[in-house]
Amino acid sequence: MVGIASLGGYIPRLRLSRKAMVDANSWFNAGLRAHAKAERAMCGWDEDALTMAVEAARDCLADHAREGFRALYLATTSAPFEDRQNAGIVAQALRLGSDLNTMDVGASQRAGTTGLIAALDAVAARGGPVLYVAAEKRRAPAASPAELLYGDGAAALLLERGDGVAKFLGSHSASVDFVDHYKGKGREFDYAWEERWIRDEGYMKIVAPVIARALAEAGLKAGDITHFCMPCTLPRVIPGIAKQAGLPESSLRANLDGLCGDTGTAHPLVMLVHALQEAKPGDKIMVASFGQGCDALIFEATAALPAMQKARRGIVGSLKRRKEETNYSKYLAFNDLVKMERGLRSEVDKQTPLSTLYRKKDMLLSLVGGRCEKCGTVQFPKSNICVNPNCRGHHTQIDQPFSDFTGRVMSFTADQLTYSPEPPAHYGMVQFAEGGRMMVDFADVDVGKVDVGMEMRMVFRIKEFDPARGFTKYFWKAAPVGAAKEV
Amino acid sequence: MATGIRDKVAILGMGCSKFGERWNAEADDLIVEAAEEALADAGIDTNQIEAAWFSTAIEEQHVGKSGVPLAMALRLPYIPVTRVENYCASGSEAFRGATYAVASGACDIALAVGVEKLKDTGYGGLPQRGRGALNSMFWANVSAPGSFAQLAAAYRAKHGVQRDDLKKAMAHISVKSHDNGSRNPKAHLQNKITEEAVLKAPMVAEPLGLFDCCGVSDGSAAAIVTTPEIAKSLGKHDLVTVKALQLAVSNGQEAQHNSWDGSHFATARAAAKRAYHEAGIDKPREQLSLIEAHDCFSVTELVTMEDLFISPEGGAVKDVLDGFYDADGTIPCQIDGGLKCFGHPIGASGLRMIYEIYLQMLGRAGPRQRQTPPVRGLVHNLGGFPHQNVCSIAIIGRHGA
Repeated sequence: MVGIASLGGYIPRLRLSRKAMVDANSWFNAGLRAHAKAERAMCGWDEDALTMAVEAARDCLADHAREGFRALYLATTSAPFEDRQNAGIVAQALRLGSDLNTMDVGASQRAGTTGLIAALDAVAARGGPVLYVAAEKRRAPAASPAELLYGDGAAALLLERGDGVAKFLGSHSASVDFVDHYKGKGREFDYAWEERWIRDEGYMKIVAPVIARALAEAGLKAGDITHFCMPCTLPRVIPGIAKQAGLPESSLRANLDGLCGDTGTAHPLVMLVHALQEAKPGDKIMVASFGQGCDALIFEATAALPAMQKARRGIVGSLKRRKEETNYSKYLAFNDLVKMERGLRSEVDKQTPLSTLYRKKDMLLSLVGGRCEKCGTVQFPKSNICVNPNCRGHHTQIDQPFSDFTGRVMSFTADQLTYSPEPPAHYGMVQFAEGGRMMVDFADVDVGKVDVGMEMRMVFRIKEFDPARGFTKYFWKAAPVGAAKEV
Repeated sequence: MATGIRDKVAILGMGCSKFGERWNAEADDLIVEAAEEALADAGIDTNQIEAAWFSTAIEEQHVGKSGVPLAMALRLPYIPVTRVENYCASGSEAFRGATYAVASGACDIALAVGVEKLKDTGYGGLPQRGRGALNSMFWANVSAPGSFAQLAAAYRAKHGVQRDDLKKAMAHISVKSHDNGSRNPKAHLQNKITEEAVLKAPMVAEPLGLFDCCGVSDGSAAAIVTTPEIAKSLGKHDLVTVKALQLAVSNGQEAQHNSWDGSHFATARAAAKRAYHEAGIDKPREQLSLIEAHDCFSVTELVTMEDLFISPEGGAVKDVLDGFYDADGTIPCQIDGGLKCFGHPIGASGLRMIYEIYLQMLGRAGPRQRQTPPVRGLVHNLGGFPHQNVCSIAIIGRHGA
């Protein structure tokens, strides 16, 4: 048997008011008014599919030892790199080591579930654990319905042999070159066809047979399903499919449309994690997705699930951790949808020496510092000579990961002068409970809400983007512990 | 046991260009302006200079690397010229090089020149630039005001000072420096300001507003040093000599070890202790006549008054508000306007501070001359960030004092 051993989720803290979006654009497209309710999740300027994947995975792994993994698969259609393995960056940030099979899955909105089936098959064939992460931050043109309906988010599952918290009962897939939308090479945005055709010829004809085959493989009847997780941004499609397939009306899961929006290829997993956080032992959960065909998978919650539900932030906790954003212009700026006057200070060359990055990858991507074996002093960065004035031991430091440390703000500022995509730039000295300190950028803070003594945790974020070369630089920042738990 | 530098080297002559937005001057124009004044003051010819030290910190904005730009600007006669850089303390570094050369006996007359031509960046403030390949990949997105602003947060936390009280003391510092700058014809900023204007100014980096920050200027300053004996032989009577030159450089302890609280400069305290020892000063609050401190930001000046052991720890706010450091106070601080108003052409700043102390010792400071004749002056020249910096302390005074 193969099962889900752990789960994690991440939805960015910012929730963009759809009313603000519609107020800005309905002069142009009055049809947008139909979507003026609720909100969508929105990445901060320093978040993307990879940073969200790392946060979801950290939630999923919690205190799980960071070794012995067989593979890490990352599903996304919004990866920052077309040719540099994105899963490898996530694995490096998580300190999973290099004895690992990593793979990016993408190129379809169905990638999240297709990759999950492959990962489950891999665990069945060769054993686990396999960390499976799906993350998405899709861009859409300004004033499009898509930008209202989309949201940013990520989900992570730890797959192992055994039943875990939810055992895998079976799946089925269909591959159909039904092009409801596509994104051509080098194109910024999707190109989509008429919704009525997508609904009638696509969803309504392709999905139900796959559900039937998946049920047969699992040895279940449609009526056995207690949670049906299937994303779709078109209205009334999913209830129609459920009816067609005979799934109980009560099994229809809320698609989180008004809470975070549709998180693309991550969304079936976001909905699955959300369902797992609310399911009871014995519940049968079907997760399905659509995109040039269809996948359907079935899981059964086990008696181990309730303990897991309490131990993870998941999607439920992420949705509670929320800050409303009513400034649509900020969304445009963060997603590079408008030409901004960024000022002369932004013009500094941001080239990354790749040899330096490689040499210092543990420090830069994994936030590994040093611990002096002679005096125990924890320090960042790791160095040849201990910083403790009463020690000064030479070559005495071993690796000391800092990413799971919490610390307190010793000093800080909100800087209007330095170039930042979101001024003022907050940064300061954070002193860690375990020892060590770091002058570090802050993330997820609000103007006027930072003070000395504030408790901070470390988060993997974009340090800066090199527009001349299309290179995203990552490093770690300090974020308020409170904001991570905030309800 | 080292005997130190006290009274071994005399200042033969000094010069300083007008500081400010020198739109029509190149770096070499500024160098010549300062050097000509220094040569005339020293009463020597260029060919009598045997070695030179040249300080610039942001050379990629103007002269480029090496000692060549100084040698070319002054047509120095194939003598040793060394370019030095040590953050904003570069000017003191040039002075240290020249002074040590004379003290060692390696040469009789040495020159120190600092210059910075900063107003060709297209924007106000210091240039935004790379910090080195690896540093750029992990350092916080720090600006100068943003890093110094943090002194305020840590100082308030340590001493339980209310934000508004600290802002008021910081405002007093800026108002005082503008008052002093208004009496200095070479100062970049010669306008007086009010406390109200300081408190209402736009925020640059919380809690530092516009008037809490010094000007970024074009300018140059120069010093010619020799031995007291040679100075006398050249006809000088009232000699001004070097009492102490000390430098302390962060080793990562403030940035990486939890023994520093962020409210003060560990380097300044170390350098000040050594400088007082070298100069034979044991009661700085009583023995110093005036101070030129590195007031890049108002809060820097405030905490530095404690790091120099003049105000007691936690007592700078009171001293500042009492007017202890005003031009007519017990120990005037920035009697020339300081970095705040004289201006801050980085490579020249340390030398500009020494220039002011030198003028004050000789009673040549014009309308801003300290009324009680000064005996010893302290120059505090700082570079970098509170958590990793370079701090130079020079003590200059009447020969024999």
